[in-house]
Amino acid sequence: MRFDSLYEKPVLFAFAAVAVISVGTLVTTFIPLFLPSTQPVSPLITPYTAVETEGRDIYIREGCNNCHTQTVRPLRTEVARYGDYSKPEESAWDRPFLWGSRRTGPDLARGGGKYPDAWHYRHMANPQAMFDKSNMPAYPWLAKAKLDTSLTARKVKILGYGYDEAEVSRQLAAFRQTVTASTYPSAQVRSQVTPAALRGEITELDAMVAYLQKLGRDLKAAQKPVAGPATAEAAESKNPYAGNRGAEEEGEKFFKENCRSCHGEKGAGGFGPKLATTARKYGGSDAELFASVAGGRPGGMPAFLSQLGKDRVWKVVAYIRHLERESR
Amino acid sequence: MYSVDNIVQREMRMTNGARSDSIVRGFALSSVFWLVVGLVVGLWLAAEMIYPTLNLVPWLAFGRLRVVHTNGLIYGFTLAGIFACSFYMLEKLTRTPLAFPGLAKVQLWLFNIAIALAALSLFAGMNTSKEYAELEWPLDIVVVVLWVMFAVNVMGTLVKRREKQMYVSLWFLIACVVTVAVVYILNNLAIPVSLTKSYSAYAGVNDANVQWWFGHNAVASVFTFPILAMFYYFLPKSTGLPIYSHRLSIIAFWSLVFGYLWTGAHHLMLTPVPEWIQTVALAFSMFLIAPSWASVINGFYTMNGNWDKMKSNCLVKFFLLGITFYGLQTVQGPTQAIRALSGFLHYTEYIPGHVHMGTMGWVTMIITASMYFMMAKISGREIHSVKLANLHFWLILVGQLLFTVTLWIAGIVQGAMWKATNPDGSLTYTFLDSVAAMYPFWTVRLVGGLLYFAGIAVFAYNLYMTSRPEPGMKSSAAAAAKAQAA
Repeated sequence: MRFDSLYEKPVLFAFAAVAVISVGTLVTTFIPLFLPSTQPVSPLITPYTAVETEGRDIYIREGCNNCHTQTVRPLRTEVARYGDYSKPEESAWDRPFLWGSRRTGPDLARGGGKYPDAWHYRHMANPQAMFDKSNMPAYPWLAKAKLDTSLTARKVKILGYGYDEAEVSRQLAAFRQTVTASTYPSAQVRSQVTPAALRGEITELDAMVAYLQKLGRDLKAAQKPVAGPATAEAAESKNPYAGNRGAEEEGEKFFKENCRSCHGEKGAGGFGPKLATTARKYGGSDAELFASVAGGRPGGMPAFLSQLGKDRVWKVVAYIRHLERESR
Repeated sequence: MYSVDNIVQREMRMTNGARSDSIVRGFALSSVFWLVVGLVVGLWLAAEMIYPTLNLVPWLAFGRLRVVHTNGLIYGFTLAGIFACSFYMLEKLTRTPLAFPGLAKVQLWLFNIAIALAALSLFAGMNTSKEYAELEWPLDIVVVVLWVMFAVNVMGTLVKRREKQMYVSLWFLIACVVTVAVVYILNNLAIPVSLTKSYSAYAGVNDANVQWWFGHNAVASVFTFPILAMFYYFLPKSTGLPIYSHRLSIIAFWSLVFGYLWTGAHHLMLTPVPEWIQTVALAFSMFLIAPSWASVINGFYTMNGNWDKMKSNCLVKFFLLGITFYGLQTVQGPTQAIRALSGFLHYTEYIPGHVHMGTMGWVTMIITASMYFMMAKISGREIHSVKLANLHFWLILVGQLLFTVTLWIAGIVQGAMWKATNPDGSLTYTFLDSVAAMYPFWTVRLVGGLLYFAGIAVFAYNLYMTSRPEPGMKSSAAAAAKAQAA
C-alpha cells in the first residue's frame, strides 16, 4: 500500500486521526486517571455538609467560578496574599472542581473563616457599600429565596459523602436552628438582608455563606497554629511610630483599605468591634494591639502581617492610638 | 504523488453544481445571527466590568452571562460557520452532492433549537461550571446527536466522492469531526441528579485535568482545524493561486493533530495537578509552534510575488491578516505556558486578551471572508458592496487590536501589582488596588468592543444583501452568463 493512498481513503484516514490524537490523550489524561497522585485523599479533608453542598451548587449556578479562582499557587506573593498554597487532597470531594481560570475577584480557596458570617451577608447584599471600588455584582436575590432541599439527600448520595438521608435531615434542622437563633453572632445583619417571611428558614444565601466559610478550613485546622513572628515581635516591641503624626496619617490610609469594611468609618464599629475607644477585648498595650492586627484573633479578625508587613502594621496601630485619643 | 493544485484547479473550472445551497445559506445566516447575539452579550459583560449595577436581574448577572457569551459564540456562531463552510467545501472538493441533504436540513433546525435552549438554560443558571462544557446533560446529548448527524454527512459524502484525492481542507475537517467527538463526550461524562443538574464523573485533580484537556482541544478542533480547512480552501479560491507547499501541509497537519492533545495542562500550571503533566504540556506547547507556523508560512508563500491580489480582491486581506493573527496567537500561547510567565500572567486580563486575538482576529476574519465568498457564489452575484466589506475589515481589525492590546497591558499591570512587594517582603497593593487600576483599561476595552461590533453589524448587512437571490438569477452559471454579456 502506498502511503499516499491514506489520502484517498476517508474512513482509514479518520481512524488514523483517532489513533494520532489518542497518544497524547492516553499519556496526559487517561493514564493519570488511575494514578495515586491525581486522586490523593486525606482524613484531614472532610466532605461537605448537606448545607455546604447546596451552597456549592448555588456557587456553580451563579457562575462565581467565572471571576473567582480556588487554587493558591506555590508563589511567595500568592501565599502572602491568600494563605498556604492548594494541595491536591483538598479537591478530593469536588465534583466538579472549581479552580477557575480568571481572578477578576480574589482567590477564595483560603476564604473560609477569614471573616465572620455577617461580613458575607452584607457583602453579598451590596459589595459596593463595603468597598466602593469593587465591581462585584450584588446578589440580593439569594437572601430572598428559600433553599430548595428536595434533592439534597440524593446529591449527597451521588457524591459519595458517606452519610445517609437521616443525617441530611438532621444537619439541615441543626443548621436552621443555628442561623435562625437570636444568639447567632451574625443574627442582626442576617435579619437586615433577609425578608421577614424567610428569617425562620434556610435561605440560599445562608447556604452560600456556609459553603464560603468551609473553603480551606480543613487545612487551616490541620496546620497547628505556629507561634509566628507576630507574637515574638510584639512581645518585645514598643511602637516606633508612637505619636508620629505622619505615620498616623499613613496608618489611616491602610486602615481605610483593610479595616474600615469591618470596623467602620474612623473605627466607629461594625461587624468588628469599635476601635475608637480605650476598651480592648485583647488588651491595649502596643504589643497586644500589634498582635491583634498582625496575627488576627478568633471570631473573624484576619491576620495582616504577611500582607502589610511589620512597618505598616505599626502605622495602623499608631492610627488606632489616634482614634483612641480622639474618643476621649 | 498527486498534485493538489490540480484538485483546486479542476474544481475551479467546474461549473456550479452545488446542490445544498439552501443548507449552506441557512447555516451561514444562523451563524451570523448567533454572532450578533453573542457580541451583544459580550458588550453587556464588558460594561458590567465597569458598572456593576448593570447586573440588574439574576439572568443578567456576570457569572451567568459570561457563559452565554462563550457558549453562544463557540457553539452558535463558530459551529454554524463551520457547518456552512464544511458542507460547501465538501461538495466542491469531492465534486459530489451531500450524501444526506435531508439530514443536513434536520440538523439545521435542530441546531438552532438547541442553541436557543442552551442560551435559555444558561441564563437560568443550569450549568456544570466546566468551561465551554457548561451545558447540562440533556443538551449534551443533543449536541452529540447534532455532531453525529454532521459526521454522517461528512463521511458519507467523502465515501461517495468523485474526486479521488482528498484535499488538505478535508483532512482538517475529518480531524475536527473525530476530535470534537472524543473530547466533548469524555469531558461531559456526568452523573445526573435531575433533568437540570448533574455532577462530573471525575473528581478534583482529575476533573481539572480532563476539563483542560477538553478545553484546550475544543480550541484546537473548533477554532483551529476547521478554520485552517477554510483557510486552505478559500485563500486559493479568492486569489486563484495554488497553496505553496503540499508537503508542508502534510507535515503541518499530522504534527499539529498529534501535538495538540498533550497540551491541556498548560492551563493548570502551578496548580495541584501533578508536575510532570504540567511539564509535558509545556514541552508540547513549545513543539506546537512549528506546525502552526508551517500553515502561516504556507499562507504567506502562496502569496509570494502576487501581493497585488491584496488590492484586486477584497477578501484576500481577511485571509492574510487572519493567518497572521493565527501565527501571533500560536507563539503567544506557548509563551504563556512557560512556568515563570504563567506565574505572572495567568488569572490576569492578559489571558482574555490572548483568547480574543484568536477569536476576533483569526477565527472571525476567516469565517466572515469565507461567508462573503460562498454567499456570492450561491446567490450568483458579486459581494453586495466591496466598500462595506473594506469598512467591515478595518472596523474589526482596529476594534480587535484596541481590545486585545489593552488587555495585554492590563494583564501585565495586574500581574505586576499582585507580585509587588515592599522591602520588608510585605505586599505593596491590596487586591482592591489591582481592581481599581483596571477601570481605565476596561473602558478602552469596551470602546474596542463597540468598534468591533460596528464592523460585524456592517458585515451582517453586507452579507445579507449579498445572499439575497437576485431576481431572475438562480445560479452562478447565470451570473457568469451575465458577466460575459457585460
